[in-house]
Amino acid sequence: MATQRSSPFVTAVQQGAIAGGVAVLLTLMGMVETFNERDIVQGVISLGILLLVAIYLVFGSTTARTLSQSQVSVRIGASALAGAIGELFLVGLVILGQQVNLRPVFPNASPELWEILQFGLSAPQSYLAMLGFGAVFGALGAGLTLVSRRYRGPVIVGFLCVVLIGLLDDLIGITIASNPMFATSPVIETINQFFFAQGVENGLSKAGAVVVFLVASVLAYHWPTLRSGARSRTQAMPAGRQHTLALSMYGLFVVILLILPNFLGPYLTDVSNSVMIFTLMALGLNIVVGFAGLLDLGYVAFFAIGAYTMGVLTTTAVGAESGQIVWGPGLTFWWALPFAVLFSLMAGVLLGIPVLRMRGDYLAIVTLGFGEIVRILALSDALKPYTGGSQGIVEPAMPTVGRLSAALSSQGLYYYLLLACVGLVIFVAIRLRDSRQGRSWMAVREDEDVAQAMGVRLVSTKLLAFASGAAMAGLAGAVFASKVGSIYPNSFDLLKSINVLAIVIVGGMGSIPGVILGSLVLFGLPELLREFSEYRYFVFGAVLVAMMLTRPEGLWPSTKRKQELHENMGPEADPRPQVLSTPGEAGSV
Amino acid sequence: MAILASRKVVKRFGGLVAVSDFDLEVRELSIHSVIGPNGAGKTTFFNCVTGFYRPEGGEITLDGHMLVGLSPDRITRLGISRTYQNIRLFNNMTALENIQVGEDPHLRSGIVGAIFRTRRVRREEQETVEEARRLLRFVGLAGQGDLLAKNLPYGSQRRLEIARALAGKPKLLLLDEPTAGMNTQETAEMTAFIRRLRDELRITILLIEHDMRVVMGISETVTVLDYGEKIAEGPPAQIQSNPRVIEAYLGRGSAARAN
Repeated sequence: MATQRSSPFVTAVQQGAIAGGVAVLLTLMGMVETFNERDIVQGVISLGILLLVAIYLVFGSTTARTLSQSQVSVRIGASALAGAIGELFLVGLVILGQQVNLRPVFPNASPELWEILQFGLSAPQSYLAMLGFGAVFGALGAGLTLVSRRYRGPVIVGFLCVVLIGLLDDLIGITIASNPMFATSPVIETINQFFFAQGVENGLSKAGAVVVFLVASVLAYHWPTLRSGARSRTQAMPAGRQHTLALSMYGLFVVILLILPNFLGPYLTDVSNSVMIFTLMALGLNIVVGFAGLLDLGYVAFFAIGAYTMGVLTTTAVGAESGQIVWGPGLTFWWALPFAVLFSLMAGVLLGIPVLRMRGDYLAIVTLGFGEIVRILALSDALKPYTGGSQGIVEPAMPTVGRLSAALSSQGLYYYLLLACVGLVIFVAIRLRDSRQGRSWMAVREDEDVAQAMGVRLVSTKLLAFASGAAMAGLAGAVFASKVGSIYPNSFDLLKSINVLAIVIVGGMGSIPGVILGSLVLFGLPELLREFSEYRYFVFGAVLVAMMLTRPEGLWPSTKRKQELHENMGPEADPRPQVLSTPGEAGSV
Repeated sequence: MAILASRKVVKRFGGLVAVSDFDLEVRELSIHSVIGPNGAGKTTFFNCVTGFYRPEGGEITLDGHMLVGLSPDRITRLGISRTYQNIRLFNNMTALENIQVGEDPHLRSGIVGAIFRTRRVRREEQETVEEARRLLRFVGLAGQGDLLAKNLPYGSQRRLEIARALAGKPKLLLLDEPTAGMNTQETAEMTAFIRRLRDELRITILLIEHDMRVVMGISETVTVLDYGEKIAEGPPAQIQSNPRVIEAYLGRGSAARAN
């Protein structure tokens, strides 16, 4: 990258200063202290310290990579220096914080925080320990760049698995406790005791961490061979067997999804329900943004229309004594659901017509306004007799499925309902994508004028994108209203549109599995890691920036998008001009 | 008989008159070239024909159908396709998909059919793929259907653009500088290819071209535009010796010297 050899010292100071800045920022934001509550490995490392470790690892390895032309010892030395310099910032912060009361400006700058940063030691040994800590992990970061790729990947995977399982410890506990079959099983109990910290402590036990790390990294090491082995074996099979195998894999996956609530317990089932509602919305927005390239920032409007339709049509809290709402037909859930979808679909068309001629930024601004209009309408006095204004609507209907509803918990009921909705929406999205319609969307995304000049009807193409996206959001909204049990205008603010857009971008625009993965990562994980909730939008922003820098195509990109952004992946086109075909072939055209 | 006729077409951009009172008659099954110095209004006229611009005055008809005021997709459906001076393919779609988009005017399947993937829709999709492959073969890009359009070499992109235009089964094909940026060999191939389009596919060709060898070699009629006005029209030999044309291209005085 650098044509000029950069001085190791200067590089180390630069990288160290950035690392230190990041560390100070995260510390003063309170992330280190909040995350310190959570042990990853019991008594060894907490999430808060892990955050600092990650910073020094990253900047240590960047330093080493910048100095890739220098000797190994220089690289390691510079990375260690970078780590130490980074930690020097924190030492400075601790010293400053102990002399001056920083709390009026930085409420998180508490004595407890200094204690955490000093690893519970007292000055001045603690300062040395801190610098050493930075230097060691900076050097380890450099070490990671020295190891060949074959080993680096598995080591990183092993660490990530330890972190992830350590974080999910209490969820696993909840799951076990909520399932009678597990709670009484002695085998499960033994495993639990071996792997996880007991009592009030959390995180993995030391032995558990070692086992998880070894298993994960050994698996990751052998993964490429295992996968290619499996692939060549399936390819050796006759086509019929291959087909059966693929079908049975899908079948197995569906069965797992179907029995999942039994293992998850009510809390996790509820979390998956929220994730699925976001997945539904994101799948719809993916059609508008990912397929047709129309940037819609007011997408939450359709979600709101779906939710309000469900609310108005089904609420039973009508009449003078229940407040403001004076009208409501009190339909059942199943009667109202098609209306919710239909009305949001119609709203999609209505929004589509005026914005047909707009492109890019203009379209984004107008849709943004539309989203706000819908929310403000819901708040308005004019519609108060129907929407309840700021007091919203309560008691929308629950779905009932004959005798089944009695057998299922309410979370379970919504789980299966949402699973069916997601399945249906994925099916429709795939079919549309692979049809003439999907092609027209892509063409419009690429070059609207030329698409029209090729005979693509712009009006119907764009309206269909808006309408199908809106219908999916409407479906999500209707189920959301019923599941949450109350509808307030503030649930439908701009942030929700942005969140869904973030899912589509992080997952991979235009990629259906990407969108599902995106909603799991952006909504499932923060829901599970309660400490994150406070920093959710900070992490969102950081993740988005990091994604755009390192993986602009998204986590699970559509194959085409991958080709677009990494051009060298495709087969090399023949640069020689070809001779035009001979006259004989033309007859059939 | 004229397949395309324009009468007194005027297109202004603010104070600039890009095309003024332009009359043109393109005979059916002819190869007709429009030439002129840069900025003479040739591409502007193409944009008026294809519905990108709406002329301020005059009328344009295709087989007697009035084109002025119709949207580009309607005009394409009436039987006019075009290529662009600076290639405008759908870069991030494959070559095959580019052509399939061009076939859109002839497809009937709707959204419901697409969701349920009825037998009719599947058959139609199959047919579009076969037709697209046939067109790829025809323009000499057989086997490159799965490459992204932007990864094709320049000459192939030009040919893919023509294949995409042909997919609409046009009666009239507008080619905007089809040999721009090509070497002598490629230009010769393209010239022969354009003639085949007319002779074998029986498509009328209206062409903007700067390369005089191409223009003089294949055109039956040449129309010369300068500052938006028609200054000459006729068979190539006649145009070559027309003093006004020489003046427009080489400047005042050149014509006198040439004589």
